[in-house]
Amino acid sequence: MEKVKKIKAGDVRTASRLIRHLEDGMDEARAMMKHLYPLTGHSHVIGITGSPGAGKSTLVDGMVEAFRKKDKTVGVLAVDPTSPFTGGAILGDRIRMQRHAEDTGVFVRSLATRGALGGLAKAVGDSIHIMDVMGKDIVLVETVGTGQQEVDIINHSHTVIVVLIPGMGDEIQAIKAGILEIADIFIINKADREGSSKLRREIMAMLDMAPPSAFPAGWRPPILKCDNAFEPVGFTKSLDEIAQTIEEHHQHLIKNGLMGSRVHRKTAMELNEAIRCSVLDPVLNALAANGELDTMIGRLMKKETDPYTLAEEIARRYLKACS
Amino acid sequence: MAEKKIRVMVAKPGLDGHDRGARVLARCFRDAGFEVIYTGCHQTPEQIASAAIQEDVDVVGLSCLSGAHRYLFPAVAQQLKERGAEDIAVVGGGIIPEQDFKLLYDAGLKAIFVPGATLDGIVDWFRKNIKPRD
Repeated sequence: MEKVKKIKAGDVRTASRLIRHLEDGMDEARAMMKHLYPLTGHSHVIGITGSPGAGKSTLVDGMVEAFRKKDKTVGVLAVDPTSPFTGGAILGDRIRMQRHAEDTGVFVRSLATRGALGGLAKAVGDSIHIMDVMGKDIVLVETVGTGQQEVDIINHSHTVIVVLIPGMGDEIQAIKAGILEIADIFIINKADREGSSKLRREIMAMLDMAPPSAFPAGWRPPILKCDNAFEPVGFTKSLDEIAQTIEEHHQHLIKNGLMGSRVHRKTAMELNEAIRCSVLDPVLNALAANGELDTMIGRLMKKETDPYTLAEEIARRYLKACS
Repeated sequence: MAEKKIRVMVAKPGLDGHDRGARVLARCFRDAGFEVIYTGCHQTPEQIASAAIQEDVDVVGLSCLSGAHRYLFPAVAQQLKERGAEDIAVVGGGIIPEQDFKLLYDAGLKAIFVPGATLDGIVDWFRKNIKPRD
């Protein structure tokens, strides 16, 4: 397999084309993944999530620099939303990262969500594998700006970073469940702004109330502050500290045998996705192609039947072999 | 379900910081259903070529209002060629006098859009001439 060899050698053209074909849902791309999957397992995957405008892209850019100083190669997957109306997307995360464009140790790829709801794009999992096979030591995955419930990132990452900013006031109360629960590391960004100490206290209080089981092998998520990106000295110092903490978390996972459970979670999700792709998609495609789907929608709108009955009928028809 | 999307990069090479036009175009491409990567102002031709390859775009749209298009546009096309990515189309727009057209087409640009070009006209040109690659 010529392409597998090229990707293993780190060829960006081949890799980015394959990512493209995965996004487009091409069968050949899926077939390629069968050859790449066994080669994965090298990269430390770090997820970065937080609300829109929290500074995720700027932080990712700073992390790239911090990891490059440690001689690590870095892949970045940056996700931005697709318009639900036109299917188009503006992918702008890259603007903050362009200073690394000429560094061959860095590969930045933007992805559009294309209808995926969990804060990521469907092709993210496979794209991580591709960057892994390319030999990237670190893969940074930046989610879309998230609200409370877009927690798919935990299924893909070894280390999850939640970025918060001061001034969101008591909203932090509202988001205690969901996104705040998934953090391995908190970053308070734009920490020079008013309210950052208050925010820090609130997260501390929230962590104080968590049961010990929330901290695997005693890892209580550290709360780091990051200074204004326009003050380069302080910003770089903050980022070095962040990179250091990320590495400590990685070591913590390895030393305490926790990588296994993270990888288990990731693998279970991958299998789940693959089954969905192989079972559900062909059924939906077939129903759409022969017009049955439209007929069903028409019947539903006239209240002649209900979606549950229809789904059961379809399941009976297609899943005969299983029952 | 397989669905091929056009990927477009909108880039501003050189020292020109007037990006209203580039942003309007980015938005208009989005509304046309394309995936648009916008890389911001003050990019070198090397950065643009490298980003275009990493993003695997079908076309790079360059905007330049500073008068440096005679140097910058061919430089981007040249950088792509040197990296074996001539299949990525390059188009340009801005304040570009007609007597420069030949030089730019000779350098490999596929189209040039000047004041008076309409958004619909530009999108139509893209739809007809840019196809998602295999």
